[in-house]
Amino acid sequence: MKYQDEYRDRDVVQGLARSIVREASELAEPVRFMEVCGTHTMAIAQHGLKSLLPPQVRLVSGPGCPVCVTPVDYIDHALALAVDSRNIIATFGDLLRVPGSRSSLMLERAKGADIRIVYSPLESVKLARENPDKRIVFLGVGFETTAPAVAASVLTAQCAGLTNYFVLASHKIMPGPMAALSSDPQLRVRGYLCPAHVSTVIGGIGYQHLVDSYHIPCVVTGFEPADVMQGILWLLRQHLAGTARVEIQYARAVTWHGNPKAQALLRELFEPYDAVWRGLGSLPESGLAFREEFAAFDAARMLPVELPEPLEPAGCRCGEVLTGRIDPVHCPLFGTACTPETPVGACMVSSEGSCAAAWRYGANSEPEGAV
Amino acid sequence: MCLGVPMQVLEVNCDTLIAEIDGVRREASLLMLSDTVAVGDYVIVHAGFAISRIDPVEAEETLRMMREVFAAEDMA
Ligand code: SF4
Repeated sequence: MKYQDEYRDRDVVQGLARSIVREASELAEPVRFMEVCGTHTMAIAQHGLKSLLPPQVRLVSGPGCPVCVTPVDYIDHALALAVDSRNIIATFGDLLRVPGSRSSLMLERAKGADIRIVYSPLESVKLARENPDKRIVFLGVGFETTAPAVAASVLTAQCAGLTNYFVLASHKIMPGPMAALSSDPQLRVRGYLCPAHVSTVIGGIGYQHLVDSYHIPCVVTGFEPADVMQGILWLLRQHLAGTARVEIQYARAVTWHGNPKAQALLRELFEPYDAVWRGLGSLPESGLAFREEFAAFDAARMLPVELPEPLEPAGCRCGEVLTGRIDPVHCPLFGTACTPETPVGACMVSSEGSCAAAWRYGANSEPEGAV
Repeated sequence: MCLGVPMQVLEVNCDTLIAEIDGVRREASLLMLSDTVAVGDYVIVHAGFAISRIDPVEAEETLRMMREVFAAEDMA
C-alpha cells in the first residue's frame, strides 16, 4: 500500500534510529518524551521501536486511549441504559469488555441486553430508522477525531426526523490533559508526540498554547514506524537546541489549521465542559457536551436513569499508567489477574490501551521509581 | 477506536466515497472532509468518515527528509 510501505521501510527506520543514537550522545541527562495517542502506543509496541532507542531517550505513554480515560461511571450509565428493554445500545467494539462497577456490556449482552457493535455512528442512525419502536443509544466516546463523526450522525438523524436516536456523550478534547501533565514537575516530560488523527481535525495550531505556556516541544507525528522515529528525532533536536515549537511531521495529512468542516461540526453541536479523566480528575473545558439546541439527542438528559455508586476496579493502576507514572508491568495485576481475556481495568481492554499493548507485544520498560 | 486507515479512493459519490485497502472496500461519508478528493487519491478513513486527504507532495517531502537523514548516516 502506497503511503504505508515506504514508512515501514526497515532501512529508513534504522537510519533514523542511528541519527537518534548519535544526537542523543549530546544529552547531558536522559530525556523523556510522551506519546499521547493510543495508536502511537500500539505502533511503538508492535514494531518494537523502544528497543531501537538509546537508553537516554525514554518514551512514556499518556492519556491517549479514549476508552481508558473514560471513568467507570460512564460505563455504569451505559449499563443502566442497556438493561432497559426499550433501548438498543450501539457502540464501538472496544467498550464491550470494559468493566463497570458491577458488570460490563459484554456480560449484559450475554444476559439478553440488545447491544450492537457498529463501525460507524452512521450505522446506529440506520438502526434507529429500522427500529422505530426502540430507542437507539450510541455510546459517544472518543476525541476530536470521533466527536465530529458523532455530530454528523446526530445531524443525519435530525434531518431524517428521527426521534429515537440518542447519544450518551463523553467526548474529550486533547490538549487539556497535555497541559495538566506538562505542569507536573514529577513527570518531567520534555516533549510530546502529538496524536496524528486528532491533529487532522485541530491542526498544528491546536498545540501552540502548550508550547507558549510550558515551553515544551510538540511534534505532530504519524503512525508508521518511520514517522514515529522521525518525530522522536525532531523532539530530540528541539530539546537539544532548547527550542519549543509545534512541528508537523505528519504533513501528508495534517495542516496548521486543521479540518474546518470537522471543527464546525464540533462547534455546532457541542460546547466545552469540565470533564473527568481517569487518572487526571476533572480538567477545565476538556470535554464536549451537547448544546441546548440538541438536547433532544442527549441520552443523559432525555433518558434519565438511576446510577449506582461508582466502584473503580480494586488494585487497577490504570490512572498511573495513563499519566506515564508507571509502566503497565509495574501493576501487580498485570498478566496475572489482569489479561485481555479477563481485564480488570480499561487499559487492558482497548486495543489502544497501554496495558493491552504491553501484554500483546511484550513490555520494554525501566524499573519502577525511575520516573 | 481512534484508528484511522489510509485508503485509496475508488469511487466518489455525492456524499460518500468508496475506498480500498488490501482488497478491503469501505464506504466512507464525506460529511467531515474539507478537502476535495478524486478517484485515485488517498484518504484517511476513521469510523466510517473520510477525515483527511493524504497530500502526495507532502508525503514525498517527508520521505525525502527521512532518506536525507539516512544518506547522511551512511556517509558518517
Ligand atoms: S494491568 Fe490491568 S489492572 Fe493493572 S493497570 Fe493495567 S488495566 Fe489496570
